[in-house]
This record gives sequence, C-alpha cells and structure tokens, in this order.
Amino acid sequence: MKFSILVSEGPYTHQAADTAYNFTQAALEKGHEIYRIFFYHDGVNNGTRLTTPPQDDRNIVNRWSALALEHEIDLVLCVAAAQRRGIADADEARRNGKDADNIAAGFRISGLGQLIDAGIESDRLITFGD
Amino acid sequence: MSKRFLYVNRKAPYGTIYALESLEVVLIGAAFEQDVSLAFLDDGVFQLTRGQQTDELGVKNFSPTYKALGDYDVNKIYVERESLEARGLSLDDLLPLTYEDEDDDWAEKDSIKLVSAAELAEIMQAQDVVLSF
Repeated sequence: MKFSILVSEGPYTHQAADTAYNFTQAALEKGHEIYRIFFYHDGVNNGTRLTTPPQDDRNIVNRWSALALEHEIDLVLCVAAAQRRGIADADEARRNGKDADNIAAGFRISGLGQLIDAGIESDRLITFGD
Repeated sequence: MSKRFLYVNRKAPYGTIYALESLEVVLIGAAFEQDVSLAFLDDGVFQLTRGQQTDELGVKNFSPTYKALGDYDVNKIYVERESLEARGLSLDDLLPLTYEDEDDDWAEKDSIKLVSAAELAEIMQAQDVVLSF
C-alpha cells in the first residue's frame, strides 16, 4: 500500500513525531511504500539541524534524515509554517534576508499543495498529531 | 478522478494556530479540484461565529476569510448540532456563508448545514481523505 504521513506536532514535546517515525519504519519493513512525509504546524521543527538533545536521548531530527537518505523518502516542510517558526533552507534564508539557514539533511521546503497531492496520490494519508 | 477531502475543525479559532493553518490548507486545496467538505465540531464551531473581535488579543481576525470559501467552490460546510447546542449557540450566531449554485442559475444558497453527530459520522465514513485540525 502507498502511504503518506502528516506530522503536525514538534519533536520531544509531543509523541507524534516518534510514533510517525515508528509507523514509517514498520510500514517499510512490511514492504509498503511511503510516498511522502509532510510536516505542518509545529511539525516543521522536526526539520532543524540545530536540534541538540541530551546524548542519552534519541535525536529525532537525525533519525528522520537517516531514514530519508536510506529509503529516499520525500520529507517536506510546509513553507508558510516553516517561515513562521524560523525554519529555512539556503534559498528561503536568502529570499527573506536571514543570516543563516537551519534545514536538516533529507528535508525540503515546499508548499501546502504537496500535502493535498499526497492525499490524492496515496492510498492512505495518516495524521500524527495531538 | 477526484477524491473526497474532509477537513475537520475541532479547536477554537484563537488560543492555538490550528484553525488558521487549517483554513490555509483548505484555500490551497481548493485549487486541486477535489470534492471538498468542511466539518466544524467541538470548540471548532466557534470558528464560524459572527462578530469576532480580536484587537485586544493582538492577533488577526481571520474569520472574514470563511466568507470567501463559496468563491473557491467550497460550499459543503457541516456544523455538528450537538457541539453548537452544548455551547449555547444556534445557526443565527454563525457567519452567513453562501455560494452561488451554477447548476441553479447562480442562485445564492447557504453553505452551512447543521448535522447530528450520527450524520457527521456517516459523512466521515464516505470520505477518501480526512484531515483533522
């Protein structure tokens, strides 16, 4: 089956990002396809490489990056939500006159149309939120 | 082939950003020519109330945007009757949301339909994609 995932809460504060990650891993192990993982609301905070959790805790951002690189999964941060919350890639930083970017490896920034497209193209769109 | 999308709005318009960011998804999604419905239940019914005044909060009153939904061909707006009544509200307290029906000589019609929780469950059951905010 072809799944897409919507993550709508940030890392650490809510379990949503962990559960979404675990679901994705389990789906891939069972041979399913993950068409896209879309991050919205505070979920965009899953995509900042500046995240520095304590060493004895999981690194949620690095975990997503590794998953994306290993399985070529499309990790998309909503541009409007990311702008509000200070998540930028190099293009966004330049366009908005910022002195730095902070997007993590394996993520890209795009529009809400990518969420609708995921709903259209996937057999199931599953939300992990509060 | 279009899919049936239902956007479920359960939270108050202010206090959290979910209502505003849900509306942003609906407006973008309208361009994809899918079969779109909106549902308002729980505190989400407050999103559609008339006379919202947010100056003291220092946040933008985005409720006028709901009136534009008809122009985006988003005209199936379901409000759960139980949620409305539990909050002491009635249809008269809600924004008059309308659309022009192109199949009926562009007659102006109401977009909001009051439904029971049981009816809303059936509406949800009939969808392809349900996004809950």
